[in-house]
Amino acid sequence: MFRALDGGGAKQSIDVDGRRVQVRAGIPLAIALLEAGVIPFRKTPVSGEPRAPVCLMGVCFECRVAVDGRSGVQACMIEVADGMSVRISSGDALAGDDADV
Amino acid sequence: MAGNSEYDTIVIGGGMVGMSIAYGLVRGGERVLVLDQGDDAFRAARGNFGLVWVQGKGIAYPAYARWSMAGAKAWPSFAANLHQQTGIDVQLSQIGGLDIYLDADQLAARAEKLRTLADGVGEPYPFKVLDPAGVRELCPEIGPDVVGAIFTPMDGHVSPLRLLRALVQAFTQFGGELRSGADAGAIAFRDGVFTVTAGDERYTSGKLVLAAGLGNRALAPLVGLSAPVVPNRGQILVTERLRPFLAYPTGHVRQTGDGGVQIGDSKEDVGFDDGTSHEQLSRMARQAARMFPVLAGANIIRTWGALRIMTPDGFPIYQASTDCPGAFVVTCHSGVTLAARHAGVIADWIRGGPPPDELGAFSAERFHV
Repeated sequence: MFRALDGGGAKQSIDVDGRRVQVRAGIPLAIALLEAGVIPFRKTPVSGEPRAPVCLMGVCFECRVAVDGRSGVQACMIEVADGMSVRISSGDALAGDDADV
Repeated sequence: MAGNSEYDTIVIGGGMVGMSIAYGLVRGGERVLVLDQGDDAFRAARGNFGLVWVQGKGIAYPAYARWSMAGAKAWPSFAANLHQQTGIDVQLSQIGGLDIYLDADQLAARAEKLRTLADGVGEPYPFKVLDPAGVRELCPEIGPDVVGAIFTPMDGHVSPLRLLRALVQAFTQFGGELRSGADAGAIAFRDGVFTVTAGDERYTSGKLVLAAGLGNRALAPLVGLSAPVVPNRGQILVTERLRPFLAYPTGHVRQTGDGGVQIGDSKEDVGFDDGTSHEQLSRMARQAARMFPVLAGANIIRTWGALRIMTPDGFPIYQASTDCPGAFVVTCHSGVTLAARHAGVIADWIRGGPPPDELGAFSAERFHV
């Protein structure tokens, strides 16, 4: 769905729900997930509707995922890091224990 | 009523109080103009917490307790009418509310005050003091530091933003006119006609309602009234949307119908500064996380400050002018709880009906003895 205009450069490897994904180094996690075709990012805890990033600048809170065991992280606001573990099924900050299953 | 006026009534102030009254007036068939300031105004209506709250109101002033109780009772049909008129669900829930305590002495002192209030109010005033197990039955997510709570079935909450939008929409649908960015300055009264000047525009009416919040202080004397109101700042934090875990509103924390959790209980005398302070925000966040440990991991997405409109004793003012018949002043700091009263019995009174019971208790004369 999304393709980098400049696809070159260094790659890093992150784990998305148990799947190893090669991503461009140094980009925001939300962009990396979009390039990897991850949709949706989360389901709303109120209605269960699927959601994906809207603003990509820290305002809409629709890109929240669990990162390295911490839930409710805005994927647009952090950079990918090699070996990062991402759980897209649990963007609910109150989900607690299952965030890093 | 002056037949040569453009409007039956001009309402100055398009916040919760002004729009509630204006909606009640147009529903009764009046031609109404609301003059509202710009987005740089203080706007308590856009900063408030959304409680439809009874418990604890009117300690040492039973008339205010009864007025608040009547306000809460009038809410269900008010919300239903707004929904029918506009299609907007204001997310009213009146399953009761909790005042949660982390300190046993404070809980005991508050319970004693409520007992006194209940004895003096002159009608049933149901409330219960709950131990932690009792609180947990209603709110399973409370933390181990909670020592108890006071519950009354009279309390509830609503979305204040949806409410304001519904009021504006309903008012407009009934033919009301709303002018935004209109800063009412001069008011003249002659031969039964009020002339209000806002910027380059002049508007005339047979009646005038001052519902300008903190602005009423300067406007009221122009028509022989008095509104000695001062600002009192409250700060609010709101979290990201969370799965519903708290059905009951509390005095400190409430989860909105959209999932966000509002946290706010500060009261500060800081003049016209509607900013926020790290000191208050962090205190309230810490306290909320002690009450509900699940909140400790939640992201805060916005914080803001807003100014309550307080009279010297904290109770409302409803008064008709004798110098300028047809002019009214209305001010309170519970524009949500009392919205149904303002759209109902207060609008009826302004249209020429008899003053509702209790109204005599809310004259500004009480500040001039």
